[in-house]
Amino acid sequence: MDVATSSVRQGYVLGLADDALVAAQRMGEWIAASPQIEEDVALGNIGLDLLGQARSLLTYAGSLETPVRTEDDLAYWRDEHEFRNVHLVERPTADYAVAMARLLVLSTYLCELYALLRSSTDGTLAAVAAKAVKEVDYHRDHAAMWVLRLGDGTDESHRRMQAALDSEWPFVDELFDSSYLNPVLLETGVAVDPTVLRSAFDRRMADVLTEATLAVPSTRPAPGGGRSGVHTDAMAPLLAELQGVARAHPGATW
Amino acid sequence: MRTSPPSAAPGTRPVELVETSRAWAIAAGVLDPEVPVLTIEDLGILRSVEVSDESPAVTVTITPTYSGCPAMEAIRDDIVAALTDGGFDDVHVRFVLSPAWTTDWMSDEGRRKLEEYGVAPPGRTDRPVSLSLSVRCPQCGSPDTRELSRFGSTACKSLWVCSSCREPFDHFKTI
Repeated sequence: MDVATSSVRQGYVLGLADDALVAAQRMGEWIAASPQIEEDVALGNIGLDLLGQARSLLTYAGSLETPVRTEDDLAYWRDEHEFRNVHLVERPTADYAVAMARLLVLSTYLCELYALLRSSTDGTLAAVAAKAVKEVDYHRDHAAMWVLRLGDGTDESHRRMQAALDSEWPFVDELFDSSYLNPVLLETGVAVDPTVLRSAFDRRMADVLTEATLAVPSTRPAPGGGRSGVHTDAMAPLLAELQGVARAHPGATW
Repeated sequence: MRTSPPSAAPGTRPVELVETSRAWAIAAGVLDPEVPVLTIEDLGILRSVEVSDESPAVTVTITPTYSGCPAMEAIRDDIVAALTDGGFDDVHVRFVLSPAWTTDWMSDEGRRKLEEYGVAPPGRTDRPVSLSLSVRCPQCGSPDTRELSRFGSTACKSLWVCSSCREPFDHFKTI
């Protein structure tokens, strides 16, 4: 593998890794803040799965450059513009309905993505995907259960679930944007073209939303830019919390 | 697919085989820190043990149950400590993700120990569906149980309650 290929590949892997890492960070915020104790545990576990996926992917991304960087180097010592995650995962989730709307969107997308990535010509990505696909499928079930319960619940829960979906929907298109992908990654079968995932995603979302008596939002897409390192205002405070301890005490161990 | 102790590969010298069997037995005895009645062999996460003829160096390969399983580092340290105590000075522990772990790799012995410990063992995905699809209460054996929460005290468990004896219990999730 020549250097150019390595760095192109690394860019793709970082996108996958950062989506998982940042989503895990937002999940962790619900521990001790969820509407019931079972949800503290559930979202803690979901965050842990996502963090595990992020760790495998970051370790791999770091191995694709010389000198090698570790997962911690990449998680704690990159600055905002070096993160490649989509905007969907980085914004705050103040309302529980928003957390569930987002989890449904993210895990439905990840189920489709990882299912195909299992056949990647990149053996490491294929292995991570084969492991992760079972986990995100479980997350999707959990999110779907809550979206059903809240959507088809009381007037108030229905109103807030619909509002939550409307708030997340502008960030859906960015997940399926393939314009940032180097064509070599697709030609060599390393990456999955996210545009091919859209129809299955729309179908599965519509199934859940219809049953939950919710409408598929028709909001305008947000500009995006996360894959190129352009982020929303929410990203800097998120990174400050994620990286604060590591940066205040470089090299600390316990 | 199940892990098993090493058998003689073509060209393997008897002394290597003896050492490999001994190293396997030591590694296989390491307990899962989160479910301390199960060994890593019972759990099916011990994938291979190789002893090279030099030094001798031991390479132990394990696979996580879930991507984020926080017990992996502790298990690695326990394997190194156990083998070092057993006289192997050069021990390497390798993590692999592929093939992805499934609860089908948990041994029958592991399932029995788990139930005795009070955790309902996982179902099987590699055999025809058993008579009862329900999870049996590990306390009283009743099949009249229900899921309280799809997530439990660790990534690999969900929380259930028995409608007969009213006791809550953990169920090792089937994946």
